[in-house]
Amino acid sequence: MIPELGHFALILALLLALVQAVFPMYGAARGDATLMSLARPAAYGSLVLIASAFLAQAYAFASNDFSVLNVASHSNSKLPLEYRLAATWGSHEGSLLLWTLMLSGWMAAVARFSRHLPLAMVARVLSVMGMVAIGFLLFMLVTSNPFERLLPAAPEGRDLNPLLQDPGMVFHPPMLYMGYVGFSVAFAFALAALLGGRLDATWARWSRPWTTLAWCFLTAGIALGSVWAYYELGWGGWWFWDPVENASFMPWLAGTALIHSLAVTEKRGAFRSWTVLLAIIAFSLSLLGTFLVRSGVLTSVHAFATDPARGVFILAFLAVVIGGSLALYASRAGAVGLGGSFAPVSREALLLGNNVLLVVALAAVLLGTLYPLFIDALGLGKLSVGPPYFEAVFYPLMAPVIFLMGLGPMARWKQSSALELWRQTRLSLGVAVFGAMVVPWLMGRWSPLVASGLLLAFWVIATSLSGLFDRLARGAPSGFLGRLKQQPLSWWGMQLGHMGVAVFIIGVALVKAYEVEKDLRMAPGDTTSIGAYQFRLVDLREGRGPNFKSVIGRMEVWEGERLQAVLRPEKRNYDSSGMPMTEAAIQRSLSRDLYVSLGDPIGEHAWGVRIYVKPFVNWIWGGCVIMALGGLLAIFDRRYRLRAKAANAAATTTIAPEARV
Amino acid sequence: MKMPYFLLLLVGLPLGAAIAEVATPLAADPVMEERLKALGQDLRCLVCQNQSLADSNAPLAEDLRQVIREQFRLGKNDDQVRGFLVERYGDFVLYKPPLKGSTLPLWLGPFALLALGLGVLVVLLRKRGHKQPLAPTPDAKAQERARKLLDQDP
Amino acid sequence: MKALRYLIPLAIFAMLVVFLWRGLSLNPREIPSPLIDKPTPGFALPVLGSEQTFRPEELKGQVWLLNVWASWCVSCRQEHPVLVAIGKERVLPVVGLNYKEVRGDGELDPSKIDAATEKALARERASKWLTRHGDPYLLSVLDLDGRVGVDLGVYGVPETFLIDREGRIRYKHIGPLTKEVWSTVFLPQVKKLSP
Repeated sequence: MIPELGHFALILALLLALVQAVFPMYGAARGDATLMSLARPAAYGSLVLIASAFLAQAYAFASNDFSVLNVASHSNSKLPLEYRLAATWGSHEGSLLLWTLMLSGWMAAVARFSRHLPLAMVARVLSVMGMVAIGFLLFMLVTSNPFERLLPAAPEGRDLNPLLQDPGMVFHPPMLYMGYVGFSVAFAFALAALLGGRLDATWARWSRPWTTLAWCFLTAGIALGSVWAYYELGWGGWWFWDPVENASFMPWLAGTALIHSLAVTEKRGAFRSWTVLLAIIAFSLSLLGTFLVRSGVLTSVHAFATDPARGVFILAFLAVVIGGSLALYASRAGAVGLGGSFAPVSREALLLGNNVLLVVALAAVLLGTLYPLFIDALGLGKLSVGPPYFEAVFYPLMAPVIFLMGLGPMARWKQSSALELWRQTRLSLGVAVFGAMVVPWLMGRWSPLVASGLLLAFWVIATSLSGLFDRLARGAPSGFLGRLKQQPLSWWGMQLGHMGVAVFIIGVALVKAYEVEKDLRMAPGDTTSIGAYQFRLVDLREGRGPNFKSVIGRMEVWEGERLQAVLRPEKRNYDSSGMPMTEAAIQRSLSRDLYVSLGDPIGEHAWGVRIYVKPFVNWIWGGCVIMALGGLLAIFDRRYRLRAKAANAAATTTIAPEARV
Repeated sequence: MKMPYFLLLLVGLPLGAAIAEVATPLAADPVMEERLKALGQDLRCLVCQNQSLADSNAPLAEDLRQVIREQFRLGKNDDQVRGFLVERYGDFVLYKPPLKGSTLPLWLGPFALLALGLGVLVVLLRKRGHKQPLAPTPDAKAQERARKLLDQDP
Repeated sequence: MKALRYLIPLAIFAMLVVFLWRGLSLNPREIPSPLIDKPTPGFALPVLGSEQTFRPEELKGQVWLLNVWASWCVSCRQEHPVLVAIGKERVLPVVGLNYKEVRGDGELDPSKIDAATEKALARERASKWLTRHGDPYLLSVLDLDGRVGVDLGVYGVPETFLIDREGRIRYKHIGPLTKEVWSTVFLPQVKKLSP
């Protein structure tokens, strides 16, 4: 009964989404306030309906209802409750439901927190989001119904893939989807602005916090996925340039370009048509990601069970949504003015340069990801594009981005001069060069690769700090603390975000250059040493989990006379699938990870053991966390909160073209 | 890959604990293994979803690693080993596609785009610098007005 | 002219959609063989059920099929009736390449089996399977360690090679052979190759 209610809720949600997509849009075109004001209640209603459907699905998983096909194929009664709940989004159908839930959540949030916006804008934004919701609801109901029954019911479920039975599964997909779907808000704002004929600073100001918030979620989501891969796959990598990873990275790159471009549009009114295009691209890439994961056109470790019929549906949906919005862009963008002017050396120019580089880097990732498909479609054979390609192409494209990242915040808006910039940054440059020379040497081995990575990281840190000192040393005579408080949160957010990038780069450079790996044959009692660490395998014993048997090793790590860690790497064998899984044991710290994983048994009582010492690896994810925190700080800038009254007034004064449709 | 680990352990555990020794590398020839690993990172496991030959546990990947070791022992260098595999499995086995006619857009595309992007950027900046003197446009005026309103603390 | 540049994103996207649509009907996991139109790699392998060895040169002058199979391979059982029918009609000689009969079977632990046992076990298992399901092969050879499979670029079983009178590989089919594939893809080529 409950699954049917969930199914019914989805059908109702589809009808409501139709209402939300059609009437407010029509009302906005006609200036009919009654029709426009349908948007908000429709958005709230969608959230209620889709949340009920989601709860119905979660309930089916929690209660082991194996008469629901999705539950029977992705869960098992022995699966712990938290993973049964996470299994709700472990399948293609369930993840679509999660996606739609997030979308309705964002819609309701827009409805709730847009009281200060003109009604026509809200109506259009929610209408566009309603259209996206129609697509996903239809897709689910037509091709991938999560409530499909299996009659007679299966006596036992087929179990969730053991790789997914991990806390990572609980947090990573929701975070990532919040990011993906969050870009639909920026997208909807962009389309609404194009439709309403008002692409101006106020539009940018409205969509900025939403975009930044989505970007924060995406950043955190990608980082979580990376951490998960790092400890779960058992060979210590954190990024594989897998098509599906790339599919999450591309919207991130577009989103990063977008939040910077929005800053210029808001502050200076420039880059408007470019900003709109980026908003469309960021969300389009999120949609492309769903297509790539579910259609089976690319081989990836992450792919869902694929089905060409689904592929055709999403592709058609993609063609309508993206094609339609790009057509709208083509017809309206020409009329968008240029906005505030600026000199060739100015903060605008540097930000535009950075935007161009980011988009080129994005294009490179897209090209590499889809190239095997292009070649195959043209009948030119099969080839693989993997990490060596991306490393060779992506890094050189990103290096100038990082360089400009240090320079941009130093430059003044409108007009700056090269000489002035040089004076401002030469000290930072000196510090960065010195650091890049010395630090690798202190770490024991100097190589151009690690030095260039560190050079960029130190450059960003040094310029950020010198910018900070500038701001605090000069300016209003309100004392150091006064000046500290005076800086807007968005400025702190930017500083923090950039610092995050620097921290990330340090992690990447150091772990790549200085990690040590050993593949050993170890019997209980055997020892080995890596650097200052002594590893000793104490024993191996049998273990038993809720739905698996395991062998657990006990490895002591000594540094001289001091016991640093006792690691318990595990090899699991899941009851239902018989799949062996490696659970690495890691002792984390700021300066290094000690990482041990069990391989296979060798002979009577020895095992293959893989040991890594990974210096500074946590800086990679720490950097991402700092970036996301920077974004959050920026969102809480008082500018965005104090405007409730003022913005309404501003809106009515600036907006003459509103009448134009 | 189902192996009776557990039986092994029950027998093996009490024996091993007494003797402490320095663990030996898993591979007979660690130097070669290092080389294999480096090379294997850039080769694709043919039967896996998307994994390198170095990371894969698939039986075919194990066979191919064995074949590569054999080739190393015959004194072949990395390029020759790659060639050996390409002869049998095609370019698909290489994660770094070779530069040739059909991969030219792949390798040159990003840099061509970069040149194009920078070219457009320069033209744009020049146009903006020359054609538009730094005078406030009507739009900028409106914006200024908006900003004043926005910045007023209520 | 100026308005045209706003169409560029749409144009790029349209091209992308065409490629993605084509991609839906392609199988990214099927890898074409670079050995097409190249001489069959040389090998000499023991023949199942006899003490002789077989070399591909022995069939020079004939058009023949090389079918890669194993008793543990589930899809091989699926395609087997098609092969049996081909064998009965005596269209062309079919040679079986039994691929990793013992080592390929996930249920067995190869590290516990010595070479002689492996050979005997492979012969026994392969013969038994052919007796049960029918033997369409002129002869079957045993590739115990899969080394010849590597030379042939085998990456999944079953695979079927069509070899011409000069001993060159002309076609390779990956996956189970079906009646349809046989009559629409193989037969026309076989007719073309044998005058």
